[in-house]
Amino acid sequence: MTTIDLSYWQLGFAASAIVALYVVLVPFRQGLSRSLLVSTVRLVIQLSLIGYVLKFLFEDGHLLYVVLLSVVMLTVASREMVARQKRRIKGVRALGIGAATVFVSSFAISLYGLLVVVRPDPWYMPQYAIPLLGMIMSNTMSAISLAMDRLTNALYEQQALVEQKLALGYSAKEAIRPYVSDCIRTGMMPVINSMAAAGIVALPGMMTGQILGGVSPQVAVKYQIMIWFFIAASCGFGMVTALRLLGRVLFDDRDRLRLDRLEAPKH
Amino acid sequence: MVDLFFLDDSSFIPMSLTLVNLRFLDWEAISLSMELGEAICIRGESGSGKSLLLRAIADLIPHEGEVTLKGELRSSVSASDWRRRVGYLPAEILWWEDSVLDHFLEAPSGERLGALGLSSECMEWHPHRLSMGERQRLGLLRLLDRDPEVLLLDEPTANLDDETARRVETMILDYAKEANAELIWVTHSESQAERVGLKRYRMKDKQFRLEERG
Repeated sequence: MTTIDLSYWQLGFAASAIVALYVVLVPFRQGLSRSLLVSTVRLVIQLSLIGYVLKFLFEDGHLLYVVLLSVVMLTVASREMVARQKRRIKGVRALGIGAATVFVSSFAISLYGLLVVVRPDPWYMPQYAIPLLGMIMSNTMSAISLAMDRLTNALYEQQALVEQKLALGYSAKEAIRPYVSDCIRTGMMPVINSMAAAGIVALPGMMTGQILGGVSPQVAVKYQIMIWFFIAASCGFGMVTALRLLGRVLFDDRDRLRLDRLEAPKH
Repeated sequence: MVDLFFLDDSSFIPMSLTLVNLRFLDWEAISLSMELGEAICIRGESGSGKSLLLRAIADLIPHEGEVTLKGELRSSVSASDWRRRVGYLPAEILWWEDSVLDHFLEAPSGERLGALGLSSECMEWHPHRLSMGERQRLGLLRLLDRDPEVLLLDEPTANLDDETARRVETMILDYAKEANAELIWVTHSESQAERVGLKRYRMKDKQFRLEERG
């Protein structure tokens, strides 16, 4: 089976659904229809560009290019994580925590996937390396930013309570333990729910793509299972690392709660 | 640790809690030496920095300066050990576990509860059920449960009627006497300072001064 290529007028027909939605949304809220428009335009431009980048990369699969693209992905992911925080950490440390955690979790897991599990030849073959890293990284990024945002907000809202625990001799770690486990639960929930619903409620995106691309469903299923294992592991490890690093920023060496290290939220 | 007790020289006064150039925000640096078991009160308008001073002594807010207790430098003691020894009682007591009892290391005796006009039943309650006054009294018991060597009290009787306030005063003084604990007592009440017989300090214009008595 060969995949049917979509012509531009076919894409145009697909776009009419968005145009119709836009028309319906306009009378409701200015902001919503505007952000829909912006996201639509961004989607089209970004994906068209990445299409060219990937085409080039697949033809000339040099290790350097793969590394370069993954560094770009890492930078964008870290910035996106900072942007999703309501109360950000002051200075470059914010970016640092994001980059460090996505790096140790997503990169480590992707390397494991490439070197030990899938083993393409060469191991950095962009057709495997880039989609694998991309899927793991985007899920990890969401989980970590959700967990970090929740922890800073919880500590901000409960600062008097945390201080009273400290005053009774709790260590910083003991004082925030309930919030940390709550954050990890929140961050893992989307992954756990998706895993539980996979195949019943929705066919996962990658599997659908592979099937459309002509791969047999059995092979696609095996890839999808592997990806979910990696995503779950990367999210979990990433969050534990991120919350630990965040805890070190929000408390100092005398276990004092240092919310002065957070910026005021921007509206 | 240096032992400062049992010296025959009667002119020697053992200093227990000392603050050396304690400085927070833009307040004037505060120095203070307290004898073992000494009690002082601090008065001042709200917002004058009384609570900040207590929290700085308990090492809960960033500040400069050093504090010593019985010859030991605070910086040589872990933060959580220090806060167990130098107990801070906030003005508004908060609770986080599902029962009052879960906040205690050891359930307070019926005698102690009774002395504050509390029934032992309330230990089983969810903290939501507690009134403001009950929260405050149980907060004091929660603090004494840790056997602190110094008490930093932020208006410990603010939400209480006169009679209950007296009971709380008595319990604090008895504990201090028994444990030879220093007291730093923030109060608005002239009569309380009078009754408890505390040496008086005042916080005003970002300065900490011994109050002149005329």
